[in-house]
Amino acid sequence: MTARPSALQRSGRVLLYVVMVAAAAGIMLPFAWMVISSLKQNNQVFTAPVEWVPDPVVWRNYLDIWVRADMVTWVRNTLVLSVAVTALQVLTGSFAAYGFAKMRFPGRDALFLLYIGTIAVPWQSYMIPQFQMISSWGLNNTLWAIMLLQAFGAFGVFLMKQYYESIPDSLSEAARIDGLSEYGIWWRIIMPLSVPALASLTIITFVSTWNDYLGPLIYLRDRSLWTIQLGLQSFIGEYNAEHALIMTGSVLSVLPIALIFLLGQRYFVEGIATTGVKG
Amino acid sequence: MATPVAQEQRTLGFTEPGRPPLRTPRTSLKLRNALIGWTFILPNFLGFAVLTLTPVITLFYISLTSWNIFGAAKWVGLANFERLIGDKSFHTALGNTFYYALVHIPVTIVVSLGLALLLNQKLRGAAFFRTVAFFPYITSIVAVAVVWNMLFSPEYGPINQFLSLFVEGDLPGWTVSKDWAMPAVIIVGTWKDMGYYMLLFLAGLQTVPGELHEAARIDGANTWQRFWNVTLPCLRPTMFFVTVMVTIQSFKVFDLILVMTDGGPGQATLVLSQYIYQKGFEQFEFGYASSVAVVLFLICILVTVVQFLYNKRKEA
Repeated sequence: MTARPSALQRSGRVLLYVVMVAAAAGIMLPFAWMVISSLKQNNQVFTAPVEWVPDPVVWRNYLDIWVRADMVTWVRNTLVLSVAVTALQVLTGSFAAYGFAKMRFPGRDALFLLYIGTIAVPWQSYMIPQFQMISSWGLNNTLWAIMLLQAFGAFGVFLMKQYYESIPDSLSEAARIDGLSEYGIWWRIIMPLSVPALASLTIITFVSTWNDYLGPLIYLRDRSLWTIQLGLQSFIGEYNAEHALIMTGSVLSVLPIALIFLLGQRYFVEGIATTGVKG
Repeated sequence: MATPVAQEQRTLGFTEPGRPPLRTPRTSLKLRNALIGWTFILPNFLGFAVLTLTPVITLFYISLTSWNIFGAAKWVGLANFERLIGDKSFHTALGNTFYYALVHIPVTIVVSLGLALLLNQKLRGAAFFRTVAFFPYITSIVAVAVVWNMLFSPEYGPINQFLSLFVEGDLPGWTVSKDWAMPAVIIVGTWKDMGYYMLLFLAGLQTVPGELHEAARIDGANTWQRFWNVTLPCLRPTMFFVTVMVTIQSFKVFDLILVMTDGGPGQATLVLSQYIYQKGFEQFEFGYASSVAVVLFLICILVTVVQFLYNKRKEA
């Protein structure tokens, strides 16, 4: 591999770079447009030709939106839901994964197949019976409904199980001989070793709860319960001509997720790769 | 496992000399082990069983009833399904769902595999590019839909302004045109999903042995031949997983369409999931909506099983 690259190879690489930069620009374009428009005056959003630099830069939109929209309530509800769902999912998911990955008992594999089977079942197909059930418990139009809906997904069990299986059994066996109970092994040995997987699960669950639109749409009727996605959607309906302000709201709804993603990107990528490689 | 079992047998045998020393401790240990195993799974499984399995099963029952806002569930047999056969809106929704799926599946697979191959070339800036390509996937559907709707705006939107540089005459009306609304939705769907599948492909590409490529190169295989005969066969497990996931995701498409076009214009982008939603949560025909849901359920299961069997046969 020490041979000098031929002219053909070099031009091939240049071409690859061109493709990569063009693709990146194309993918990011909607976000760029979103941010730029959020800093414009409303009548400057749609112009021919497109103005790529807002002039003047209107920071006011970012103040106005808090007055015009009930952002505080929406963010608070979304935070409550995201934190609760993530905590439940991580706890029950990693707990169940230990049973699936590290213990042997009758019915285990059949049970796991049942979990896998539900991957092929879209939520949209059973949302009606689920809604009837949750309503019959009197939980329709409460934040509890969304917590129940999201917290017991099969995804957390998969992710954690895949990771646990990469931890050598000799560790838990040694602990067993030392007299540690199974719960002790889970808590003191396995959990500390699976911090990367826990981080993946936390971030992925948090983001998907933050972004969930359909669950809140069906269950949360009261304005005081709305999440940021519901709020943004209604804001778009109400102020459909206020393009700049709508873009400001969109930026604000994406911003926390963008930050979390940039900080925890490694865990995101690893989590997805783990669930994907073995299927 | 051997040591603790033996230990326990010894102690038990010692304290209770009258009993047969082997059988009882082993079975009771097994039982205990199973109980402990179940306690681990139970907290999650309870939620899963009650909130996912139960509704899936009751779905079939509801689909055989006339349950609606006016009355309780009354058994009507297959009447709902008979009604589906003559329901024009249902036909439209079914057709549109297949339209979306049959275009979105191959396009997403090709694009995300292409991106993964590009990223695998060890170019400088690849890590940054990976971040960029994945970003749409984690962006909320509402923000995505509203931005794209503005970009697609037929008269002043940047997309048509860009196209007008190359195209004379009529430009696509995108989300306000019956013919172009579905392509517009598919473009956004692909843009949003491709980063996720790109990551899966990228993980799969790491499992392709470098020696195989080297050997093929020595045998004089060109880039295309190496891709076709080395990379793709090695990627088959990933390809299978991605195909299953993207297929299910395509057939159940809902929120993207709901916020981008709301099924319109007319019924041009009405899909099955949305039809279920309309019938169930807007018109409160729970029984009839459930029969549509059963159709969606069966499509997803059927497609998955077929892909699974195909993969099994290829493996053998």
